[in-house]
Amino acid sequence: MATPVKVYGPPMSTAVSRVLACLYEKNVEFELISINMSKGEHKKPEFLKLQPFGQVPAFEDESISIFESRAICRYICDKYADKGNKGLYGTNPLAKASIDQWIEAEGQSFNPPSSTLVFQLAFAPRMNIKQDKVLIRQNEEKLSKVLDIYEKRLGEARFLAGDEFSLADLSHLPNTQYLVSGTDKGNLFTSRENVGRWWDEISSRDSWKKVVDLQKGA
Amino acid sequence: MAAIKAHGSLISTATNRVLVILYEKELEFEFVSVDMSTGEHKKDHFLSLNPFGQVPALEDGDLKLFESRAITKYVAYEYAGKGTQLIHQDSKKMAITLVWMEVEAQQYDPVASKLVWELGIKPMLGMVTDKAIVEENEAKLAKVLDVYENRLAHSKYLGGDCFTLADLHHLPTLQYLLGTQSQKLFDSRPHVSAWVADITARPAWLKVQALRKKH
Repeated sequence: MATPVKVYGPPMSTAVSRVLACLYEKNVEFELISINMSKGEHKKPEFLKLQPFGQVPAFEDESISIFESRAICRYICDKYADKGNKGLYGTNPLAKASIDQWIEAEGQSFNPPSSTLVFQLAFAPRMNIKQDKVLIRQNEEKLSKVLDIYEKRLGEARFLAGDEFSLADLSHLPNTQYLVSGTDKGNLFTSRENVGRWWDEISSRDSWKKVVDLQKGA
Repeated sequence: MAAIKAHGSLISTATNRVLVILYEKELEFEFVSVDMSTGEHKKDHFLSLNPFGQVPALEDGDLKLFESRAITKYVAYEYAGKGTQLIHQDSKKMAITLVWMEVEAQQYDPVASKLVWELGIKPMLGMVTDKAIVEENEAKLAKVLDVYENRLAHSKYLGGDCFTLADLHHLPTLQYLLGTQSQKLFDSRPHVSAWVADITARPAWLKVQALRKKH
């Protein structure tokens, strides 16, 4: 039986793993289609039809084709509202607004410095690309300032948007996983009491453990 | 007394993003100016509205929100019955709009904002434009606009047939860039150029410009 939901991209990609985490949280079956980025498959015409910027992930569900991991996650939560974790994107407009606020904070303030560090520290060595020490230092400083704000916020609330785990916390899983488990910058998170507590809690969710297993298996 | 208060600065692109949606939705609101030149945005009373110490922030009754793109989404959904319809109720149509809202935030804005800073805001503050940064980011913006040109050849607006949040989010940075050397990147692409002319002529956007001129 054909599964209607298809995700295109390697599970080791942070943006792909963001979508996979959401699908597991919502108990939505999917087919993961590998894209060989080292061979430039993501820049070829057939893939560009799915994602015109030549980036992963791309996503198909029945008749629609969409891209951008955070848009895909929001769509999954809207379409499959009654499946799996029903409160993942809030069950009322005010809750949703608070979650959106922290998804934006992730995309605008957390992602730029953390993804630069992930690339420099976890990917560049594997790709035989020389690390940029200045860039690493600058982004570590930026990320530290962001995490100071998170430390205060997570002292006021159990999760970013409130008392429940949400899409806002989920959005942070991919980059943080690499930094904590794959680089020497994990202490940025673990040395901050509330951030450390929050990381332990969100990373031990079954849905995230499944994603990490997929990443290891790939 | 307005239940909605928009806190921010009129030169801030993110603040303008919130102002334009309040006009599109025909909502009464109070604009509360935040004096960034005296560091008001880093003081405790503002940090209680936005812990990142950035503008804008919105209050609607007891609700407090920050991040302009979360604010616009909240306003679009909460006031769906008023003013311009900026979202879709159908999840498949909304999915496409969400895609292009993310494209604006992830692909377009990081590049456009650097150009706005170098070519739009630095001159206002008497600072020197960094030509290398301008060149680098104009090259990046050209690549993004090539994708837009192709998209807009097949779709009247970025998110589909109608003007939505996906288009609206571009207005503030677009307006700045139209007054600079980077305007050529938009003018040289016919579908992009037509789309820019269309969305910047919207009455709600003209009201934001009028508000800026008054202050």
